[in-house]
Amino acid sequence: MNWNLSFFEHLIAAVVIGLAAPALSAIVFPFAVRRLSGFMSDRLGPNRVGPAGFLQPMADFIKLLLKEDITPSRSDRLLFMLAPAIAFVTPVIAISVIPFSPGYTIASLNVGLVFVVAAGSFAVLGILLAGWASHNKYSLLGGLRSVAQMISYEIPLIFNIIIVAMLVGSLSLNDVVGAQGKVWYIAVQPLAFLFFIIAGMAELNRTPFDLPEAESELVGGYMTEYGGMRFGFFYGLVEWGNATIWSLTGATLFLGGWRGPFGGSPGWLILKMLVLVFVVIWFFATFPRLQIDQLMGFAWKVLIPLSLVNLGVTGGLIILLPDNFLPPVAAFSWVSVIVLVLLFPPVQRKLLLRKRLGKAAA
Amino acid sequence: MAESRDILMPPAIGRSPDPYADEHRDFHLEEMVLNMGPQHPSTHGVLRLVLHLDGELIVSVDPQLGYLHRGFEKLAENRTYLQFFSMLARLDYLAGFFMEWAYVRAIEDLMQIEPPPRAEYLRVICGELNRIISHHMAIGDYLLNLGAVTPVLWAFRDREDVLDLLEMLTGQRMMYNFARVGGVRYDLPDGFAEQCRRFLKGFPAKIDEYEQLISGNEIFLARSLGMGVITPGQAADFGLSGPNLRATGVAMDLRRHAPYSVYPKLDFDIPVGKNGDSFDRYKCRIEELRQSVRIIEQALDAMPGGPVNMKVPPMLRPPAGEAFCAVETGRGEWSNYLVSDGSLRPHRLKLRDSCFVAISTLPKILPGFKIADVVGITGSLDLIMGAVDR
Repeated sequence: MNWNLSFFEHLIAAVVIGLAAPALSAIVFPFAVRRLSGFMSDRLGPNRVGPAGFLQPMADFIKLLLKEDITPSRSDRLLFMLAPAIAFVTPVIAISVIPFSPGYTIASLNVGLVFVVAAGSFAVLGILLAGWASHNKYSLLGGLRSVAQMISYEIPLIFNIIIVAMLVGSLSLNDVVGAQGKVWYIAVQPLAFLFFIIAGMAELNRTPFDLPEAESELVGGYMTEYGGMRFGFFYGLVEWGNATIWSLTGATLFLGGWRGPFGGSPGWLILKMLVLVFVVIWFFATFPRLQIDQLMGFAWKVLIPLSLVNLGVTGGLIILLPDNFLPPVAAFSWVSVIVLVLLFPPVQRKLLLRKRLGKAAA
Repeated sequence: MAESRDILMPPAIGRSPDPYADEHRDFHLEEMVLNMGPQHPSTHGVLRLVLHLDGELIVSVDPQLGYLHRGFEKLAENRTYLQFFSMLARLDYLAGFFMEWAYVRAIEDLMQIEPPPRAEYLRVICGELNRIISHHMAIGDYLLNLGAVTPVLWAFRDREDVLDLLEMLTGQRMMYNFARVGGVRYDLPDGFAEQCRRFLKGFPAKIDEYEQLISGNEIFLARSLGMGVITPGQAADFGLSGPNLRATGVAMDLRRHAPYSVYPKLDFDIPVGKNGDSFDRYKCRIEELRQSVRIIEQALDAMPGGPVNMKVPPMLRPPAGEAFCAVETGRGEWSNYLVSDGSLRPHRLKLRDSCFVAISTLPKILPGFKIADVVGITGSLDLIMGAVDR
């Protein structure tokens, strides 16, 4: 279907989608987290407010709105109030380049991939400002951690996005979906998809990379001093809005976007997004947290070199076999994923023991 | 903002003499002092650690205690022997029966009486159930400190079964007041043995479940292998006991090496670690859960009939003298030193706790690690402040 909208209709649609998507995600996903992680940890989760507890996030939202708005007395007032708003920019603007259906993208940029990455970088600014302006040591540590972490993991994230761009030969997200008519890129580049998920978790500050807000170490990390709806902004709108954007991007890059049986539609995109959000929640319920040196070490010693190798090999294959490069790329990628998954645990354990306890223990 | 500069921000140039002025002309570096606790999600009550940090790196640790000090030892001197019973479980409030057990044994030593055998078996059953809930909380809280949310909830789920059993047995979930001089308060209630056996039958599978979720997890290994290593020599110097000591490879367990009650008649292993790191401490506790299951099964089988307590005077007057008694709790060695002057009240009661010792190792083992390891390593040591501060 091809929607021909007037400029005004287009503007309204853009504003509605841009604001409604993060708001909806802030209502639906916290509920999903609680019920799903409740299911995974063998308990019920909230089930009192509304049918099956579905209105619990609404109740929380109202509670947060009614709370007293407290600004710490020694904080940097302007930045303290500005930080949640700045962090909220990412989910609002990044959604504009995601193709929702064959005929509809809010802004069909020919450099959509670059735009998504650039918008994603905004998130770190809000978190850093929040950490700095709060005038709290835990917040400061959280803010500094988030800068180190998000800048480090942006590199592998971009490498893996570039791999998709090379396979497509274009930076436009519309072209990315268009090129996945025969086969989704998760089947061609599972390695890139794996790294995209790992780096994405770090970009989103989700478990196992939730160090900036590590509640058992830093109390609340960068949002320690935030209360009321400002906290709601960070906890609901920003976090889950970013998760929505990341999932939409991942679904577009690797899972064929709006493609699916019975013709393309936004429904398929949303379904794929929910699958990726489920992965986020699943990780949350399963994994402990890394610590900062291990997190940085993993980015710089494992993720970036391997992504670079993947990038180089994929690029080489595309140059060598310009007409039919998908099968060899897929073969390389699948073999590396299997080797990586099989080799990583024993090698890591051996290295850890040798490094920390000497040769005898290994 | 002006008055706040000294805490977070680099001091203004020229305001104070900077010893590193030449090296760091533009970038002044200083240690950050972080007060972790007493109000902090991961300090297990009210432990306060003053951390000196170089970025995320720990330079020195200074534990500050006393936020939960209630004067137990003095209170004991102002109460009759029986009155003090109800307070004992408030020391280590997660496994309170061990404290009652040690106290009762000290009084029995003074009075030179032996409780009937059935009472000893009941004490062993109650004690081992307490060890299970103690280790549940140790493992769950440790993983929660590392950022994993599910293990602690699984631990709570299975702990609830044990608490139900303890409630059947003693009438209370946590503050048991179950031990009595010369026995225990109640005999087994109807249906306890069956429900307990049902629990013991299903529990090993649940321990396997914990292990599946935790033990092989790469992130958990990265956070625990080789972290907070305590050598056997250090452990001996500090006087560590319990799983923290056994993780260093020393197979020292009071139930075996200073046997009391009916433990000599029961068959169980003492799990030991190899490296003395956080992972070994965790693993020791997991294995001890399995051993506790074995012990309770044997105790249920071997329990003789007969009375569960004996006649003692309502107003206890142990003869003048002194007694020392120690029991192996889930956290280590809990010992009592009781001095009686022949009156209604103890002349002096000294309590000694293993978590206090474990805290004293922190300044030694923590420097050089990161902030995240403060909660990781203290979690693996399984501290409980109610027993430390007394």
